[in-house]
Amino acid sequence: MEPLLKVENLKTVFGPVVAVNDVSFELRKGETLGLVGESGSGKSVTAFSIIRLVQEPGEIVSGRIHFQGRDLLALSEEEMRRVRGAGIGFVFQEPMAALNPVMKVGAHIAEALLVHGLASRADARGRAIELLRAVKIVDPERRVDDYPHQLSGGMRQRVMMAIALACRPPLVIADEPTTALDVTVQAQILDLLREMKRAFDLSLLLITHDFGVIAETADRVAVMYRGQIVEQGPVRDILRNPQHPYTRGLLDSIPGGEPGTRLRGVSI
Amino acid sequence: MPLVEVCNLVKHFERGGGLFREKTIVRAVDDVSFSVDEGETFALVGESGSGKSTTGRCMLRLIEPTSGEVTFRGENVLGFSSARMRAARRDMQMVFQDPYSSLNPRMRARTIVEEPLVIHDIGSKAERRDRVADLFRLVGLDPAHLERYPHEFSGGQRQRIGLARALALNPSFIIADEPVSALDVSIQAQVINLLMDLQQQLKLTYLFIAHDLRLVRHISSRTAVMYLGKIVEMGPTADIFANPQHAYTRALLSAVPALDPDAPRTRIELDPALVNREAPLRQISEGHFAAI
Repeated sequence: MEPLLKVENLKTVFGPVVAVNDVSFELRKGETLGLVGESGSGKSVTAFSIIRLVQEPGEIVSGRIHFQGRDLLALSEEEMRRVRGAGIGFVFQEPMAALNPVMKVGAHIAEALLVHGLASRADARGRAIELLRAVKIVDPERRVDDYPHQLSGGMRQRVMMAIALACRPPLVIADEPTTALDVTVQAQILDLLREMKRAFDLSLLLITHDFGVIAETADRVAVMYRGQIVEQGPVRDILRNPQHPYTRGLLDSIPGGEPGTRLRGVSI
Repeated sequence: MPLVEVCNLVKHFERGGGLFREKTIVRAVDDVSFSVDEGETFALVGESGSGKSTTGRCMLRLIEPTSGEVTFRGENVLGFSSARMRAARRDMQMVFQDPYSSLNPRMRARTIVEEPLVIHDIGSKAERRDRVADLFRLVGLDPAHLERYPHEFSGGQRQRIGLARALALNPSFIIADEPVSALDVSIQAQVINLLMDLQQQLKLTYLFIAHDLRLVRHISSRTAVMYLGKIVEMGPTADIFANPQHAYTRALLSAVPALDPDAPRTRIELDPALVNREAPLRQISEGHFAAI
């Protein structure tokens, strides 16, 4: 079966710095692929390259990104705008930076629906409330009129999910969706991601630095290091039998063995 | 004998209070008591707003507590004059979370590490120069980089500079407030190893403030769990993890993602309404207490 997303030999540079270097991977329908790495590994730039929102002076110099039978890198900006939201939803790490502080929660969701012509002004509000209910926000009829600052971090991330899901995209890219959250809130958001995946029939590209998040959510994993994918495979294989020295080092860096012993860490 | 004892520590912040609004009192630290033994690592864990950092700051009087006692080597430091407190701080130091904002960007690494020696008027210029180079080596930095500025170092190296500065006055007690949480996981491992090595080598006592439960389990001998300004459970770290008693501790531990994809996922949700905030700590087993 044709994969939903197929990235081939992607290369993204920032001037002389090669942030993403010859990266290739596939995401099958219904699958969660975890893209894991440390800061500067190129995992976020890979995600932003897919939706063609790489910040200046970053530039995609080569590669192909097949999504639903089209090469995204060959689309016009107009066509690409339709893909963002309707084809690929996005959840960012910092919801406060992604949400407009002077726009009510409902208006964010309504905007997504209106831009893509998926609701009339008259029923946008009702649809927004439905979506807030879907992401388990208590009392959605009242929350729809809240401003972002009135919400807790976990609730803001739920709103981000509702916006990402508004146009029913088949693929959602989530970039460190739980990194800024407390561990108990993170657990709730991870549970929600899994539930939404089922309810909305989603495929998920999950960008994270946290192998715990990977273990809980991903079917397959790609490990990035200095702009390249150094290892990829089913989550069990990678966690139990890592082959690349960097993957091994990363897993050995996580405290979990005999208390008080030295952590082995990365040694490449 | 405990090196540090905290008794009934309270810190209230007043919030709001305007023409038409009543002041509200936030009980950031609400009657907290614990003690840290010489040579051990005692962990204070909790989520944001639990009061763990405020507790640490009150202990060194970086902020003044509302009431309570903090005893260091048998003396109540909350009763110290400011001059006396300055002297006492030679022996109790703090390492901060963010290596990016806790170092003065306009100072060279040498000056940052030397500053405590200058403030406390220790050694001649030449002696201080040697001491700073020694401290650099002690934390695994190259003395050839002493003239560099903070931005020329990586995050992990900056945290090492912060540590060198904290160690300059030969303290016996260090409060480390989330010392590795801003670092990448491979760098975290290096800094954790360094902290464990230094503890052995210099006979340090640590109060470790952290939200990362895997880390706490790895490095601390005893742990106190804070929730909304109170310690809800405290005891030997192994007991807390193997046999958590308080509903919040159980919820917290169950929220940590397992590294095994096949591990059974038993999420325990906390119903805040069912937590009796007034329950006193009672002994569960030797040294293990829970507010249930």
